[in-house]
Order: sequence, then structure tokens, then C-alpha cells
Amino acid sequence: MRVAVLKGGRSLERAVSLSSGARVEDALARLGHEVFGIDVGPNAAAELAESAPEVAFIALHGREGEDGMIQELCNCLAIPYTGSDPSACQRCFDKALAKHLLQAGGVSTPPFFAFSEGAVQRLGLAGALPRVEALLGLPLVVKPAAQGSALGVKFVHDAQQLPQAIVGALSYDRKFLLERYIAGRELAVSVIADQGGRPHALPVVEVVAGPDAYNFESRYNPGLVDLSCPADLPAAVAARAQALALRCFELLGCHGFARVDMILERDGAELWVLEVNAVPGLTPTSLLPVAAEAAGIGFDQLVARILASAFNRGARTAAPSLAGS
Amino acid sequence: MTLDHPGQGETAPQEPRRRPKSGLALYSSLLAERTRGMRSSAMRDMFALTERPEVISLAGGLPDTSTFSPALYARLMAEVAEHSVAKALQYGPTEGMRAVAECAVEVMAEEGSAVDPDHLLITTGGQQVLDLVCKTLLDPGDVVLAEGPTYPGAIPAFAAFQAEVHQVEVDREGLVVEAVAEAIRSLRKAGRRVKLIYTIPNFQNPAGVTLSASRREALLALAKEQEVLILEDNPYGLLRYEGEPLPTIHSLDQGGGEAESVIYLGTFSKIFAPGVRVGWVVAPAPIREKLNLAKQGADLCSSPLCQLFVTAFFRAQEGERPAWRSYLEGQCALYSRRRDVMVSAIERELGEVATFHKPQGGLFLWVTLDGKIDTTDLLARCELVAFVPGRAAYCDNRRGASAMRLNFAGSPEPQIEEGIRRIAEAVRGEQGLLGALQRPPGGAVLPFAGRRRKEQR
Repeated sequence: MRVAVLKGGRSLERAVSLSSGARVEDALARLGHEVFGIDVGPNAAAELAESAPEVAFIALHGREGEDGMIQELCNCLAIPYTGSDPSACQRCFDKALAKHLLQAGGVSTPPFFAFSEGAVQRLGLAGALPRVEALLGLPLVVKPAAQGSALGVKFVHDAQQLPQAIVGALSYDRKFLLERYIAGRELAVSVIADQGGRPHALPVVEVVAGPDAYNFESRYNPGLVDLSCPADLPAAVAARAQALALRCFELLGCHGFARVDMILERDGAELWVLEVNAVPGLTPTSLLPVAAEAAGIGFDQLVARILASAFNRGARTAAPSLAGS
Repeated sequence: MTLDHPGQGETAPQEPRRRPKSGLALYSSLLAERTRGMRSSAMRDMFALTERPEVISLAGGLPDTSTFSPALYARLMAEVAEHSVAKALQYGPTEGMRAVAECAVEVMAEEGSAVDPDHLLITTGGQQVLDLVCKTLLDPGDVVLAEGPTYPGAIPAFAAFQAEVHQVEVDREGLVVEAVAEAIRSLRKAGRRVKLIYTIPNFQNPAGVTLSASRREALLALAKEQEVLILEDNPYGLLRYEGEPLPTIHSLDQGGGEAESVIYLGTFSKIFAPGVRVGWVVAPAPIREKLNLAKQGADLCSSPLCQLFVTAFFRAQEGERPAWRSYLEGQCALYSRRRDVMVSAIERELGEVATFHKPQGGLFLWVTLDGKIDTTDLLARCELVAFVPGRAAYCDNRRGASAMRLNFAGSPEPQIEEGIRRIAEAVRGEQGLLGALQRPPGGAVLPFAGRRRKEQR
């Protein structure tokens, strides 16, 4: 098959995407496909139209890649593409929207408020910050609503730091979240569909990070964080995390693959979902390939399954039955 | 929908599989402990973005190589081809070719050091000197004292050898020697082994400051008294646009013979071309021998082709004068103009929020903004202009949060002006938001008052 790997782009996660894309291209070539990469830029629409691939493998992170835009472009050009459709991408990419939808679906997500730059400038948000602090408590987490890889995320320990942290988050997106800080273990559960389009939750990965939490740098440098997979968890907790990931996948309407990031609260009682990534990283240090590996799915096989997701959209007609729920 | 493990049923608990490790798990267990300390330098990943043509990059450490005459380049290469093709294509001596060492000696003589070419080790750029010096001197846990801020590219070199870098404050006269002395005292008291003081005395990267003459003497005296070595990194010494040249610390240490407490790092990268990757190190003989052995293990020799090219350039005449001197003068005039353009643009656009020291030479301006502005975030906001956020110049990745390094040498004047204008626009955007986030007096009352009214209805 002629496969275009869409990578790079103009988001802050360009380097990550180039790394994901290069690995995917190698795997697809090994699988016998005719592969070419497209570094997505201002001519992406023309390049896609002219090269007319049979399928587009989206290895594009961040803006234009995870926000549904490249997917919409593929729809428009009638090119099948991997992963979630534009609407699911938008729901995942906007962390505020995702959290509202998850909450409405009964999923625990840390209490939060989401505001825009407009709310700061035109609604006098400053006057409500003491209330936010009172309700969420300190420390709290400030993060851009739409930005991956932990860029722009700040932990605020002192109310004085809050305005700066908000301005920092607004450097990455026009919306930001103020979220209660939940101390606990950082888990990620990746979900991957089988050839028939049925989603499966992969073994839980635990991220054991240094004192600076899991920042951009540690995320992409082997050895800076310890990944443990399957995570050392009681079987019931691991099963609960996996069921929760499937529930999130379903609630946000994801397709093909996704990664759900969550926190297991320190007392072990509660799992809090932080976000869902519609185009999770596929770099050598990314969590999805590690989880797939632990489940006996090698990288080439993983890529093959993601590729298949381009062709079984809508194939999943049976009502989902959430195991264990 | 099912839960995970293929072949284990829908509710199967996850169990560790006894399979051979592969992927990340395999590599993580194979990676050497020292790689844990290795860091990508200066937000390299974010800079992947700045390689687009529409982005004005004031981020790199680049000199401007676009002014080098293509005809001269062709002539030099033709000379190499005519006289030395076999040598150029062959391995060379580890210590480097004597002819290029003589060029380095000529450069050092300009700054007052008289060095025997046999006492030089030619390296693959100045960066290799950092690596070789670390490899030769540092055991895990050894302490290097460096300027705060320091050259961002030095941090990975020290980190790779598990050295601890302690950064000492810098003021307008460069490294504060009393603070260095205090750091050595307190570190020694804590049982730490301090081996090296790393300094860029001229037009320091990134702070732009120059170590004053009296401090050069004082630093050398301190190093001797405390029996530590100074690594003098001097890539920019000849890029002086005004003021009187100061003696290198190396020359102060010579006293008629070989320097005893200074390892001197030189390079052709900034005065000629970084693309040739030719630098050098002058070190006390026992250290030089070890550096030579370390280089044998690293790359056997630096590229003979490049060494011959550099030599041809240094021997070339332009009219009555050596071509390299004319070229260097031209570069200094160009960079000096660009520095002035950048200084004026910053004063005009960022006047009230920016403080900086106008350097007398070199390539960089170190600008500190209002303390509430985080330049790492600002870089994300500035989509079409790039700079090095100040944090990159500190090992703790925390200090320098409001500072930025700007290169004035590598971009044409209109781009410098436009780049500063874009930065200023982003700064104004942040300031506007910060202003809007100032709480009204007694702000805590506001939301609760609203709630009470609602409850009363």
C-alpha cells in the first residue's frame, strides 16, 4: 500500500513528531508498504492531494495534528487516515472539553476550572482567583488547555505565583486549566483497537519521574524517567485503570488508538483521569510502544494495527460492553 | 470492548511476562549510568521549530559566514588540492598538523600568549576541548565552578562526566572572584573535590561581560592558592569592537615558561568558520599528554582536510596583508554595527522592561526582563522569532527564568530590528495579561459576595 506518514508540523512538538514519524516509516517499510513521509507545512494540502496516498498515517502531535485539522483535511481529500476522527480529536485536544465530558460521563477527573485569555482580559477573572484557590487548594496545577508533552505546565505552591503561571500557560494556548493537584502515582493506559476495530486496553505503564514531575525533557530522553510496565499494582487496581481507560476512549469517541493519563491517588483509593491523547507519541521512549511491548505487541505489529484503524472506521457496530462494569 | 491481554480473557489481571526485554526496557538497562546526567542542550527540541524560513532566529551561536568570499574559498581549496591532496585525504597526527598549530600560535600571540606550536593539541572544534578536559580531569561527583550564567553547550559536556557544576555569580566585571573563593571554601568544607574553574573571560557567552584585568590576576592567584585549574575558554577574544584588549589568563600564568594553572581553549570557529571544526588546547605538559591519549580514543585526529584549509587561509595574502586579518576586521565591523542596531532596537522597543550590559565584543546580548516574565514561555508565545531562554544557561534549569540570550552577529540588521519588535510585542502581550490578573483590593470578597446574593434570593 502507498502510505504517507504525516509528521513534523509546526507545533512545539515538532521534534517529537519527527521522531515518531521516522520510526513509523521504518516499521511500515518493514511491513512491505511503499512509504513516504510528508513534513506537514504550509503546502500540506497540495502535497497530500498530489501524492494521493492510499492511506495517511498521522504521526503528527500537537496543534494541526491532534486537534482534528489534519484529519479534517484528509476527510476533505478522501484520504483514509489513522486514528480518531476530527470531532474526537477536538474533544481530546481541548483538555477542558475532555474533562467536562468525562465528568458528565461519571469519570473522576481532578476538580478544575478552565478559562480563556478573554476571561482574563474582559471578565475580570482576577477577582475570582481567591475563590479558585479556596476551592481547589494549593498547590494547584496550571496548564494550557491544548498542549501536549507537559509544555507550559506549572505547579503553583503560592497564590502569588498564580498570575505568572497563568500567563505562562497562555503562551501555549488561549485557554488554560486550573486543576487541583492530586498527589499520587502517574499511570498511563494505552488503548489499541484490534483488526476488527475493537478497543483493548494495554498493560498499565507507571511513570516514575524525578523531583520535577514528568516534564518535556524527561519525557523524551531515555533514562531520565523510569517507566515500569506492567506497573506494580494490585491486579484489581490495574484492571480498574484499564476499564477506566476504555471508558474514556468510548466517552470521547476515540478510534484506533489513544492514551489515557491518570493519577492513582496516594491512598490508592481513587483513579483520576488527567487527559486523553488522541495521537500518542510513538518515539522510542513513548508510553504506548512500551505498553504494547509488554502485551507482546512488537512495534511493527503496533504500527500495523494503527494502520488498520484507517479502514475499519464505523466497523464497530456492536454496543460496547465494558468488562468489569 | 475488552481488557488488554490477548489470549487472557476480558478480565484477566495483568501479570509480568517473562519475555526477553526489548525496546525501551532493554536500552534503559543497557545505558551507562552517566547518560542519566546527559541533557539535551538549550531546549533543542523547541528549536526544531525555529528552523523554518519565516522564523527570525536570534538563538544560535553563529557567526555570519555569508560574507566569506566564494572565490577565496575556491582558491584555498584549489591550493589544498594542488599541494596536499594525499595529506588532506589521509589520517593525520593526533596532536594536529604543525602548520595549523602555527596558525593557532599566531592567533594566541595577538592576545599576548607566546606558545610553542609543539605544546598545542589541535582538536575538532573548541567543544572537543571541553569533552577531552572533562574526560581527563573529572571523576563522578567532582565539582566544576562555572559562571552563572554559563555557555549552554558546556553543561552537557560536564554532565556527561557526572561532574557537579556550581555556578558563581557574574557582574559587569565578569566572574566575582570572592564568590569563587567562598564557593571553593564551602565546597571543600563539605568534603567536595573542586578541580576546575570554567570561565569565558572575554565577551562571555551568554552574559557578554568581560573579566576585568584585576580579576584575571585575582582568579589566577586563587587557582594557584587553592590548587585548582582554570579552563579559559576564549573563542571571542579577537572579536573586540571597542576598548583595550586584556591579557589572557593564560598569558598571565606564563611567567616566561609554560602556564601551570591554566588550560587554554582556542578555536577558529568564531574568528573564521565553525564549519571547519578546528580548535585547540594548550595545557600543562602532564595534562596535555593525557588529553592526547583521550583524543586518540575519541577520533584519532581532527580532519586533515580542514586543518589544511585553515592553514591555507592563514597563509593567504589579500594585497599586502594576511587575508585572515582583513576578514576578521570586516567581521568585527559588521558585528559591531549589528550589535548597535540590536542595542538601539531593544532600547526603543523594550526600554523599560529590559536591562542589559552592552558588550564590547563577541556575539551575544544577555537581556534580563521584568522578573514576572518567564522567557521559556515567552519563546512559545513568540512564534516567529527565536532566542535562547535564560534557563538554558543554568544547570538547575531554574535561574535565569527572566533572561534571554540574543545573538546579534548572525542576522542582517533589518531582521534584528524585526526580531526585537516581535519579542517586544509578545512581552507587551504578557504584561497586559499580568496587569489584568492583578487582584482588586480586597479581592477575596468579590466571589463570595456574589454567592451570598444568589443564596438570599
